[in-house]
Amino acid sequence: MPILAFLRRHVWYIAFSIVILSAPLFTGNIYYLSILAFMATRLMIVLGLNLLMGQAGQISLGHAAFAGIGAYGSAIMTTRWSMDPWLAMLLSAVLAAAVAGLIGVPTLKLKGHYLAMATLGFGEIVYILLVQLKWLTNGTDGIGGIPSLTIGSIDFGNAQMFHWLVWGVALLMLRISLNLVDSRVGRSLRGLHRAEIAAMSLGVNTSFRKVQVLMVSAVFASIAGSFYVHYVHYVSPVSYTIIFSVILVTTVVIGGLGNVWGAVWGSALMILLPEYLKRYNQDYTQLVFGVMLILTMIFLPGGLVSFRTLVAKVRERFRGSRAGPVTGPEPRGGS
Amino acid sequence: MALLRVESVSKHFGGLEALKDVSFSLHEGQVKALIGPNGAGKTTLFNLISGIDRPTSGHVFFRDKDLGRLSPHVASRLGVGRTFQHSKVFDDMSVLDNVKVGRYARGHAGIFSAFLTMPRHRREETAVADASLRTLRRVGLGDRAHESAGNLPVGDRHLLEIARSLASEPTILLLDEPAAGLNNEETAQLAEIVRRVRDDGVTILLVEHDMGFVMDISDEVVVLDYGKKIAEGPPLMIRNDPEVIKAYLGEDL
Repeated sequence: MPILAFLRRHVWYIAFSIVILSAPLFTGNIYYLSILAFMATRLMIVLGLNLLMGQAGQISLGHAAFAGIGAYGSAIMTTRWSMDPWLAMLLSAVLAAAVAGLIGVPTLKLKGHYLAMATLGFGEIVYILLVQLKWLTNGTDGIGGIPSLTIGSIDFGNAQMFHWLVWGVALLMLRISLNLVDSRVGRSLRGLHRAEIAAMSLGVNTSFRKVQVLMVSAVFASIAGSFYVHYVHYVSPVSYTIIFSVILVTTVVIGGLGNVWGAVWGSALMILLPEYLKRYNQDYTQLVFGVMLILTMIFLPGGLVSFRTLVAKVRERFRGSRAGPVTGPEPRGGS
Repeated sequence: MALLRVESVSKHFGGLEALKDVSFSLHEGQVKALIGPNGAGKTTLFNLISGIDRPTSGHVFFRDKDLGRLSPHVASRLGVGRTFQHSKVFDDMSVLDNVKVGRYARGHAGIFSAFLTMPRHRREETAVADASLRTLRRVGLGDRAHESAGNLPVGDRHLLEIARSLASEPTILLLDEPAAGLNNEETAQLAEIVRRVRDDGVTILLVEHDMGFVMDISDEVVVLDYGKKIAEGPPLMIRNDPEVIKAYLGEDL
């Protein structure tokens, strides 16, 4: 029964899709739907960064800038040049990929964390440009009046319609990320992360693969930025500071480095938690993120998705060392 | 014609001459050993042959291609496989996935066909899994396919590196100290595997300190000392060569 086998293989993905896509049937509340929409755009960025960090082992400290390219690209092209939003989204993504290539080619040839340094600088440069190029970006005032996305007569300014659109795209990105992990390219990325020389000697063009995954993650981030501004109809530079880049890296680590589902858990937590904390005191947010990051790295190095391993470890400790250590590779979430 | 020709190769690291004018060649189907005291330049030579490093002067020809000008991944695709002295197994991946990475050079699926899992991609995946499992069985690791590679004992790690490299279907296989850390029984098993690999048509160049193992399986031996070739010939001749004895045991003998 190939259909049954297919269902079993993708059970988590299917279940998650059904739950998330049916949400608007149960609530028309704009606040809740907005939180879910932000979760979707956050997930898009984190999925790409998760592939870059978790699979290829490269850190980007400037991913906010790639999202910024998408956001401002869409904003400028649609409001100033009256371009079609979809075309603007596409062109912004191409620009983000090109910039990622320009940064990646020189830095990813070298061993070590040169990419982290380069993207850190790049993130700052983009932020400064967004603030200073007033004739183009309107400086710190930001750009308003960004139109909603439409397809024919369907207007995605409606919160429910937008929910299906943005989650449809996010789920698609989740699917292709899962597919990538379980493929020739995904394995080669994990291999070069563990032992680059060995991967090279097995025929992997490691610099090419690293640049490629950086470009893919830049495209994911750019598309997320575009969707975001078409939903809130406004963009300003404060959304794309280094702080946001750090939050993105934190989200990847807390969710689970190298596990695609970790991006889902991480994004959900990092969107919901500030909303919850906001009711008490907004200043706590950064503090709580910091503490969570430290606790995750000490007690849950595989992130939220590896919770089962932690439970197994704790249970084993209570039972005594009779049972022997947990063996076997960590689940990667290839389904 | 020789499959691999090392032609007057020298390699300098700053003021250090790691290799001085070394030449030898390797014929198809041969098992050749590279021996010499520590620091003789054996691993340096391996790095030149596998494209990881460039010779300061001289050439390394694989058939008619100059390996000294190529990147490691190109050398691999041409048919040069290698293992490493200090194990470079991909630790937290499964044993099978390690070998599947070895299959990389024989695959074609790019990032977009992976994204979309097109039927051709799925067929390739099945073929890769089958071939990788077969390769694991060749070195006797078939029943450990789904274990984490990090859990393997030293001997099995060497075997996994060999399997991973064999998966790329190399014409020539470079083994860097494959018997290091193995007990007698494991060494005998390794010799058996190396012989079987040679019988399958793979040419082998190996670096090894275990002289029993070297004399047992090699057709020819090249001896390096301080970056210079001091002897070359069949094992029996090498064993009785006064130059070699001097290099290994000192002047007084």
